[in-house]
Amino acid sequence: MTIIRKSIAAWLPVLAASSFIVTAAVGEGLVNFKIENGAVPQPLTGEPGNPARGRQIVRDMNHVTCLICHSMPIPEEPDHGEIGPPLAGVGSRFTASELRLRLIDPKAVNPATIMPSYYRVSNFMRVGESFRDRPIYTAQQIEDVVAYLSLLKDN
Amino acid sequence: MPAVNTKLAALLTAIATLSAVAGSAADVTNAPYEIDGRKSGYLFMTPATRSLQDDEFQNPGMFAVERGRELWNQKDGPDGKSCASCHGDAETSMTGVAARYPVFDSARGGLVNLELRINTERADRMKASTYKYESDELLALTSYISYQSRGKPLNVDIEGPAKPFFEEGRKFYDARRGQLDLACGQCHDALVGSKLRGDVISQGQLNGFPIHRLSWRAMVSRHRIFAWCNTSVRAEPYAAGSPEYLSLELYVAWRGRGLPIEAPAVRR
Repeated sequence: MTIIRKSIAAWLPVLAASSFIVTAAVGEGLVNFKIENGAVPQPLTGEPGNPARGRQIVRDMNHVTCLICHSMPIPEEPDHGEIGPPLAGVGSRFTASELRLRLIDPKAVNPATIMPSYYRVSNFMRVGESFRDRPIYTAQQIEDVVAYLSLLKDN
Repeated sequence: MPAVNTKLAALLTAIATLSAVAGSAADVTNAPYEIDGRKSGYLFMTPATRSLQDDEFQNPGMFAVERGRELWNQKDGPDGKSCASCHGDAETSMTGVAARYPVFDSARGGLVNLELRINTERADRMKASTYKYESDELLALTSYISYQSRGKPLNVDIEGPAKPFFEEGRKFYDARRGQLDLACGQCHDALVGSKLRGDVISQGQLNGFPIHRLSWRAMVSRHRIFAWCNTSVRAEPYAAGSPEYLSLELYVAWRGRGLPIEAPAVRR
């Protein structure tokens, strides 16, 4: 297993372009995962993602969350962001494995994206003290959000 | 003149003594808020917030300006000097000064902004104690001095000895930072006008500072808003008055060149 800690950013274009299996770990204490063909097929946790919990996570105003930048089919919430693409139908456009990578580290797919990496702790500049060495979401939160987004199918 | 709220009667009296006020207020009303695509934060505010800024009897930032006027004339230190002892009437001596700051200071070997200049003048010339950054007093004096440049275009010097600091500021602006891994321009250049949750993203211009920020019910300096932005992307902020923020201030001021000084602006 190849462990990449310090220089994951240098590898990102390789990871994104590669059709080979690459394994990356993103820091101490984080679950290892494999990137394969622009996706992370294996769930990060043994507990299946819970879509109801995922829906709560994405609308939690106290968290860095999808709704800040994306519109979502959550009509009871006001003020959806309009920075990223709308997420209605995102479950039809991407598989769960592809969504998982796009949450874990969207920069593995597009290094120029503005979207934060929700499960990465290395290769950042000057992270605030209370956020150091912990990802934005826990492994289980990633799985819960993946489970929720997977259900957002086109009609 | 609009009807005067009794609570603001004192303010009216004070303003009546400032002969230049009416002229500069008129200037800013007519001043262009957009220069070659550079847009003041004013243009991203609701009509209600704009009119709060425009009406000097309602603008909460005018309390800081008025307090600043008192401090300008207040003697302090062993020699009993005030700002006015050397600089006279701020309405003439300070016109246009805020639009030029920050500047390179050879004694310091680095940049100095209005806040730091006020403090070094107090320490060196008045032998008086310095004000804490972001204290009411420093915000008030900065607001008062900036107010004397209302309507004057931002016009900082980035050549000569200021150049390396300007380049540092540009690097700071362009660097992704914090857990959210965001550079200033990714929002304030690329996504201007888009909605981030309920807020419209502005260009992050600083011609209105010090501002009265409605959501904090407080006067806010340029460096405090830098620190807040850094904290919002989950980056460790720098101290107000730090070399990093001075360089960033120079870069961002240049980036907004030509925009009229609006201090004290009202922002959401």
